[in-house]
Amino acid sequence: MNDAPRLNSFDAAAARQRCLRYRKRILDISQQVQALHIGSAYSCTEIVDCVYNGLMRRNGDGSSPDTFLMSKGHGCMIQYAILEDLGVLTRQDMDLYCKPNGILGCHPDYGNPGIEASTGSLGHGLSMVVGMALAERGRRTSGVIYTVLSDGEVQEGSTWEAVLMASSFGLSNIVAFVDYNNFQSLGRTSETHPSFFPLVDKFVAFGWETVEVDGHDPAAIHDAVVSRKGGKPLMVVANTTKGKGVSYMENVPIWHYRSPSKDEYKKALEELEAAQR
Amino acid sequence: MRNTFAEALYKAATANPDVYVVVADISPAGSMGKFREQYPERFINVGVAEQSMIGISAGLALKGCQPFAYTIATFSLYRPFEMVRDDLCYQNLPVTVVGMGAGVIYSTLGGTHHTQEDIAIAGALPNMQIVSPCDPAEVALATAWCAQQKNGPVYLRLGKAGEPVFTDNAVDPWVFGKLRCIQRGSDVCILSHGIIMGMAMKLARQFEAAGKSVSIVSCHTLKPLDRAGIAEALKSHKHVVVVEEHAPHGGLASHTKQIAWDSRAQCRLDVFTLQDEFIHNYGSHEDLLGAHGLSYDRIAAGVGLS
Repeated sequence: MNDAPRLNSFDAAAARQRCLRYRKRILDISQQVQALHIGSAYSCTEIVDCVYNGLMRRNGDGSSPDTFLMSKGHGCMIQYAILEDLGVLTRQDMDLYCKPNGILGCHPDYGNPGIEASTGSLGHGLSMVVGMALAERGRRTSGVIYTVLSDGEVQEGSTWEAVLMASSFGLSNIVAFVDYNNFQSLGRTSETHPSFFPLVDKFVAFGWETVEVDGHDPAAIHDAVVSRKGGKPLMVVANTTKGKGVSYMENVPIWHYRSPSKDEYKKALEELEAAQR
Repeated sequence: MRNTFAEALYKAATANPDVYVVVADISPAGSMGKFREQYPERFINVGVAEQSMIGISAGLALKGCQPFAYTIATFSLYRPFEMVRDDLCYQNLPVTVVGMGAGVIYSTLGGTHHTQEDIAIAGALPNMQIVSPCDPAEVALATAWCAQQKNGPVYLRLGKAGEPVFTDNAVDPWVFGKLRCIQRGSDVCILSHGIIMGMAMKLARQFEAAGKSVSIVSCHTLKPLDRAGIAEALKSHKHVVVVEEHAPHGGLASHTKQIAWDSRAQCRLDVFTLQDEFIHNYGSHEDLLGAHGLSYDRIAAGVGLS
């Protein structure tokens, strides 16, 4: 028997089904609250699914030597849905989302089951990831630190401090994703800062191994990470669609934060169920 | 203080493999060079990137390490303020933020290098603890304490170099969260912290020459403040004097006034602090303190000694 943590085999078709299930779960939760970042969660659903269900290795007891930190904290609904699926969060935790007796809010809180850091203010995550990766290296442990950044977050100066740090320190145990949905609160990211694109060039220039993928293609996401060259931190620029999976949410900025009405909920559910068949 | 801190940190790192130092392009004075040579994987220089210095320290602490984030006080606390607040205080991580050269010690470098409101700012943050040692001996004790505590974040406020030792014969031991009597008297009590303790000692000598029995107290822990200890000092002395190199609000002086009100203190209370002003003066540390109104002569006159 080999007790080393192992990588799950990754079945892309199963991943697609899981992601539909997660989107439905998030849609359910959306009916309990006035607002949640549904578009932001749908945008990175396949990425976060791939990290938890395809990339993070599992020990015999279900724990992982690897770490996931949600740098774009506002996308945490997908993290919650997955943690519930993995049995880390309970149904009751989810039912009490954003309620006075609950533990889960619109941003991840350190100390909650499965949550490795408090985020919500953008530009904090990647430096914490660098610190975690340095701790793994200092202790000669093999943990990989995974994170998801938003494309708006990449405008934070502190993100670039950390981008520089990760490559200067040669932290090949970092795997980061940019959820490049080309939207931020006030409109298109590429209109706010046209010269910021293409993003891939910037990360290459800062010394990262960088790859661009379709961020809604589970197999492509998985392949991008497992086929990496290594020796450098890895940045996966994932091209995504904000609100992916529900036609009227896709690329419509209001769904950054709004909860669907009853009718809108019904329509979204129909679309997700049709996709499942 | 700088060298003593480096030596104490080196010792702590030798005893505990989880002690890290994350520095922002600061010269490796004293034993910091030894730390870097001996434990290169635990000496992390981020360059001129203080936000990342704090975030990295948080990440290390999230993995169970005991990091010190170390640079000049303005850059360790003000520049990365939201990282200190969210990453360290909100997550309540045992990271020591070391503010080197606090107050107006960088007396020729201008206001960008002065740290005159740091205790007020750090003190406003939930979970933050603040320690301001008065001499190198207290720096060693405080550093050793920071290296093993798991309560949460600490702001460790240091001087710079060449400070004398005041606490060799202190009547009380150094205990986190407790006032430390350096000498115990019955008429006048001088409360102070940090390197301006030198002025407090001088003042005590002059009080004694005038026939007074004087207590000198190192209020090294500013948060949590030993409120009971201060209330007792206010009760058991006829005259209490606070000498503090910090803005008038949010530091030892304003807290002592609050405690005096809350405890219905009957003593005379004089406080001497920096002004709530940016000053554009240059010169020695003493010159800068004087420009803020913290000259020895003004204090002596203020307490009725001249």
